[in-house]
Amino acid sequence: MEEFFETTITVNGTPVTRRVAARTHLVDFLREELGLTGSHTACEHGVCGACTVRVDGQILRGCLMLAVQANGRKVDTIEGLSDSGEIRDLQAAFHERNALQCGFCTPGVLMTAQELLRDRPEATRDEIREFMSGNLCRCTGYQAIIDSIEAVLIARRRTGRL
Amino acid sequence: MNERVAPERLAPEPRAEERKAPPAQTAATGYIGASVPRANAKRLLEGRGCYVDDLKLPRLAHVVFFRSPHAHARIRKLDLSRARTQPGVLAAFDGRAIAEYCSPWVGVLGHLKGIKSPPQHAVAIERACSQGEAVAAIVAETRAQAEDALQHVEAEWEELPAVTGMEEALAGRTVIHPELGDNICFRRELATEGVEQAFAAADLVVEETFGFGRHTGVTLEGRSILADYNAAEHSLTVYQATQAPHMMQDIFSRHLGIPEANVRVICKDVGGSFGIKVHVYPDEMATAAISVMLRRPVKFAADRLESFLTDIHAREHKAKVRLACTRDGRILAFDLDDLTAIGPYSVYPRTSGIEGNQVVNLTGGPYRHQEYRARLNVVFTNKNVTCQYRAVGHPVAVALTEGIVDVAAAKLGLDPAEFRRRNLIPDDAYPYTFPSGIKFEKLSHHQCLDKLLALMDYAGLRAEQAQLRTRGVYRGIGLAAMIEVTNPSPAFYGVGGARISAQDGATVRLEPSGMVTCLSSVTEQGQGTDGIFAQICATAVGVSVDQVRVITGDTGVTPYGGGTWASRGAGIGGEAVLQAGKALKSNILDLAAAVLGADKATLEVRDNAVCDKATGESKLPLAEVGRIGYFRPDTLPLKFQAELSATRHYTPREYAFTFTNGIQASLVEVDTDTGFVRLLKHWCVEDCGTVINPLLVDEQIRGGIVQGIGAAMLEECLYSAEGQLLNGSLADYLVPMTGDVPDIEVAHVCTPTRQSELGAKGVGEAGTAGAPGAVMNAINDALAPLGARVTDQPFTPERILKALKKV
Repeated sequence: MEEFFETTITVNGTPVTRRVAARTHLVDFLREELGLTGSHTACEHGVCGACTVRVDGQILRGCLMLAVQANGRKVDTIEGLSDSGEIRDLQAAFHERNALQCGFCTPGVLMTAQELLRDRPEATRDEIREFMSGNLCRCTGYQAIIDSIEAVLIARRRTGRL
Repeated sequence: MNERVAPERLAPEPRAEERKAPPAQTAATGYIGASVPRANAKRLLEGRGCYVDDLKLPRLAHVVFFRSPHAHARIRKLDLSRARTQPGVLAAFDGRAIAEYCSPWVGVLGHLKGIKSPPQHAVAIERACSQGEAVAAIVAETRAQAEDALQHVEAEWEELPAVTGMEEALAGRTVIHPELGDNICFRRELATEGVEQAFAAADLVVEETFGFGRHTGVTLEGRSILADYNAAEHSLTVYQATQAPHMMQDIFSRHLGIPEANVRVICKDVGGSFGIKVHVYPDEMATAAISVMLRRPVKFAADRLESFLTDIHAREHKAKVRLACTRDGRILAFDLDDLTAIGPYSVYPRTSGIEGNQVVNLTGGPYRHQEYRARLNVVFTNKNVTCQYRAVGHPVAVALTEGIVDVAAAKLGLDPAEFRRRNLIPDDAYPYTFPSGIKFEKLSHHQCLDKLLALMDYAGLRAEQAQLRTRGVYRGIGLAAMIEVTNPSPAFYGVGGARISAQDGATVRLEPSGMVTCLSSVTEQGQGTDGIFAQICATAVGVSVDQVRVITGDTGVTPYGGGTWASRGAGIGGEAVLQAGKALKSNILDLAAAVLGADKATLEVRDNAVCDKATGESKLPLAEVGRIGYFRPDTLPLKFQAELSATRHYTPREYAFTFTNGIQASLVEVDTDTGFVRLLKHWCVEDCGTVINPLLVDEQIRGGIVQGIGAAMLEECLYSAEGQLLNGSLADYLVPMTGDVPDIEVAHVCTPTRQSELGAKGVGEAGTAGAPGAVMNAINDALAPLGARVTDQPFTPERILKALKKV
């Protein structure tokens, strides 16, 4: 029989408690249990980055972490970052440059980009390409993604957000 | 833009679209040609899109499939009884049970003479003909429970000889479907009268064989479907990640025996398609059948391994091509012999004969030779099926054409750009009929070539290349001219008997508030259909673009049409939107003329209001038109009926296909010690006629180029001799990531098609069509001084080292 564990996770600022099957991946928990469908599953073994979420402030792959491992921790998803306004400038830059097509990779791309913007304010264009190289986008050819992140990096630096 | 004043180190180069002149305009003006960000991107940016797997319905059941582990095997025993008793399991079915609800199909078309394929079932009966073919379906309350139950399926197999090689299949010692007589699905031969003579008289004949690996689309969202049968109504609502909802409506109707009007297909957000999601898949048909059988909603979402095993694959060609030319560099003739393998079935309903057929149609396409011979063999094998994936046949035709053209240029000691200039069809030669029979309305090869050479500073790069070679740095420059099929008429499928619509429709409706709703039969997979239709609609009606809402992807709501494939959405669906918008405007002006007591001819719609055409003075806001038309028609003249919606359809008729043209260039550096190739830069000059939204067009081209780069450098579905897929995961099957691709410069020449008022041709596949040929030629240019050459895609480090005789 499957084992269940009572698990409490602060998701986008709100604590939620559920009995969770031990084998449930974090991304499946977010999608199926909480209806936070902005995080996507695509390769389901940590390659493509579509399930990228933030746990205690660091991005990781929602398909490589079990939900029970997030017990007592803080998880932020694209929905949370959108509602808080944390990445509004980044989303606007992506919109303006059409740095997305089908949008399936986009939440993961934005989560990764926000970590770059936060942790690597001096990144060059090549370093942006390198940092983003764990997020697969099959539609855009990446150039507009890199352009958008670069533009936001410059703008945040100018406005002192970095 | 703001970042122009940014610190030097990070200031980006002005992008190509900012440097070039705005595209020429046709009769349509306003938002046509403007880089309007698309409204529907906003929900995707907040993770608030809705893909099929995001949907839940009451009593939703989940289906998973038990699939053949063998490439070719008879099912000796299939016992589902233990699986049925597992926790949460609702039902388990074999192929026979499903077949009682879903009739089999045959993937042939009348105009592909002689094409043959056996009947195919939703779930295989008796025999599996490729690894991954579904032989049983398990339905449970959750997906995890269904997957758990899979291991309790008891199957015994009798392995049959697997035919995996193309030549082996052609030779036919083992015939996969004995009732067909041989392994040949489709064969085509053509020859112009003087082709023998041209080869005999040529000063130079060059020949080479090119190999094209099997690869696949890798949509980030896997195939997914949620079928919801309502027994009381005998109706079926299907939420599906598909490019062609009306085609699927017809197919569900006919194969499940449900009246067409009782079937509704809805595509919400689709996570990439690229041709992968325009075909009939057995597991998706089975899901719909199971919904009928269980009288409840059922969902299937392919996982990544299932995607690699069962999403259509593409390419896998081996093509020998010969070129005859004069010593002064005039091409006289092409001779093609193409062999391609498609798996055990021709895919329904578009068939798997189309890609090879396209290679025959398009090889040599940019050039003005008059003689051509082609032979095509399309054979069955025991691997996964292949079918139409982005750019269908074009990447093959372009690479082998451009590859052999470079060989000829080198033999003659001519610069590749100069050799092309001597042979590209002149820009004033149109309309033009190519020896394969295809007709070009108007192309711009020479303008594109000139623009490309200037854009990339071809002469400067050649000088730099020569200088670097003296230092042992091996850079290469590759060119690839191309033509591309877009805006297909019924000549593509309809004439062959397929119920696939080549026309599209649009309904444009004025809302009471003065806003405008546009419903179109074209679908949105992220390419920007909704966005450009809003631009066209706003322009046609005379409203601002933020006043337009676009609805696509619902057979219950939109006019009937083909959907998204063959680069047709903008050119065909866009023209329907334009004409519907103009019709609505005319109707608005009728009402305004009646209200204002004015002559209709003196009125115009501008800036969300009816105004005086001559002075621009606002006379009646559209909100007022809506109010009167819908709520106070009693105030209108007795015989006047307001018609505040209009529907129009459009089909290209004059030409079978509206060809586009373009040329790409690639700059690479080969590390001759490791075999690694670094792509330094890529350029594309493309002529897709009227550019509706440069931002979206350029992004389509870039994304397409990157998929082409994937084909050239990384992507291949590797099979063992026994027909086992060896790399069915994203860790093993490599696709381009940010670090693998260079910046790509895009520019345009604009030759609108005269067949439509909009003048738009297609653009979605051009990048993929040309990139592999350009990259191949660049690599071979880099290797040329070392006497090495590669012709088998993908150009892996191993293949390059082998060419250099280092391994």
